[in-house]
Amino acid sequence: MADETMEEGGNPTGVVKKFMYVNRRAPYGTVYPLEGLEVVLIGAAFEQDVSMAFVDDGVYQLKKGQDTAETGMKNFSPAYRALEMYDVEKLYAEKESLEARGLTQDDLLVSVEVLSTAELTELMEQQDVILNY
Amino acid sequence: MKFGIVVNEGPYTHQAADTAYQFTKAALEKGHEIVRVFFYHDGVNNGTRLTTPPQDERNIVKRWSELAQQHKLDLVVCVAAAQRRGIVDRDEAKRHGKDADNIAAGFRISGLGQLIEAGVLADRLVAFGD
Amino acid sequence: MLLHTVNKSPFEKGSLDTCLRLAKQGSTILLIEDAVYAAMQGTVIESKISEAMKRYSVYALQSDLKARGLDEDRLLNGIKVVDYGGFVDLVAEHDTVQSWF
Repeated sequence: MADETMEEGGNPTGVVKKFMYVNRRAPYGTVYPLEGLEVVLIGAAFEQDVSMAFVDDGVYQLKKGQDTAETGMKNFSPAYRALEMYDVEKLYAEKESLEARGLTQDDLLVSVEVLSTAELTELMEQQDVILNY
Repeated sequence: MKFGIVVNEGPYTHQAADTAYQFTKAALEKGHEIVRVFFYHDGVNNGTRLTTPPQDERNIVKRWSELAQQHKLDLVVCVAAAQRRGIVDRDEAKRHGKDADNIAAGFRISGLGQLIEAGVLADRLVAFGD
Repeated sequence: MLLHTVNKSPFEKGSLDTCLRLAKQGSTILLIEDAVYAAMQGTVIESKISEAMKRYSVYALQSDLKARGLDEDRLLNGIKVVDYGGFVDLVAEHDTVQSWF
C-alpha cells in the first residue's frame, strides 16, 4: 500500500467505537474501493471495533479470479484475504446485492457472512461511525 | 458538540466540496467544535494553493484557508491520496525530490490515521463525497 | 437512530433506492445536492417517495432546491425543508450519519 510513515497507531484514548466501512462500488472503475481498503488497513492499527459491509456493486470487490494485468492497474483483491491478519474479521455481504448480481458465496475470494437486508439494517444502526467507499 | 468532517471530492467538479464547506461554516456558527476536516480521495485537491479560479468565481481553496485561520481549524490532507495526486508540502517535496510544493495555507499533510482519530474524537463524523 | 443523507438524483443512480432499502423504519432521510429532485411532485417516482414517507421523515436542503429552481410549493406533501443550520441540527440529533453517495 502507499507510503504511511506518519502513522503511529495504537489507541491512546482507550475509546473503542464501532466503525463500519460500507463498500458499494465495483473495483477498478473508480479508486474508491482501493482507497477505502487502505483506510481499513491503516485503521486496523487503532484498535477500534471494525466491520466491512459489501452492498450493491461493492460485492464485486470480492469476486474471485480478478486479473488486472492487461489494464496496467494493481490487483488489490488479495488484500481482502489479508484482512484477517489485521484483525478485521467482520465481513458482511448483503444477500439481496449478491443475488441481484447472480453471485453466491462460491464466487467470492474470501468468506463473508451473508446478511439479509433487515439484518444489515440492524447492524448499521449499532454503528458509531459509518464511512462509505 | 464535536464534529469531524470528511471531504472526498475535489473542488469544482463535485458539489461535495461546497456542501462540506457550507456545513462546516453552519456548524461553527451554531457553536459546535470542528475537531478536524479530513481530505481524502480527490478531496486532497482542495488543498493546493496553485488553484486560480476566475475572479468572479468562489475560490474554494482560499475559502477553506480563511475559515481555518478564523476558527483554528485542523485541515488534514491524506498523505497517500495526496502523493498520488501531486499535493505536497515542503517536507514531502524534499523527501521525494520534487522541485516545488503546493500545499495551501492552513492545510497539513498527514496519514490516514488522522481520519480514524477524527472518528474517535468527534461525536459525529460527517462525510461529503460522490 | 441514523441520519441518512443522499446526494444523487434518483433518475441517475440507485443511491436513494439503496438508502430506502436499508434505512430502518422511523429513520430520517435528508436529500441534498442532486437528490433534492426526488422531493418533487409529478415525477415517475412520486408514489415510491410518498410510500417511503410513511416510514421515514424526509427532509430536503433548501439551498439545493433553490439552486435547482425547485419551488417549495411543488414539493411532495410532508417533505420538510431545512437550511444548512438545520442540516447541522439533524446531524446533532442523530447518533450516526450514513452518507449514501
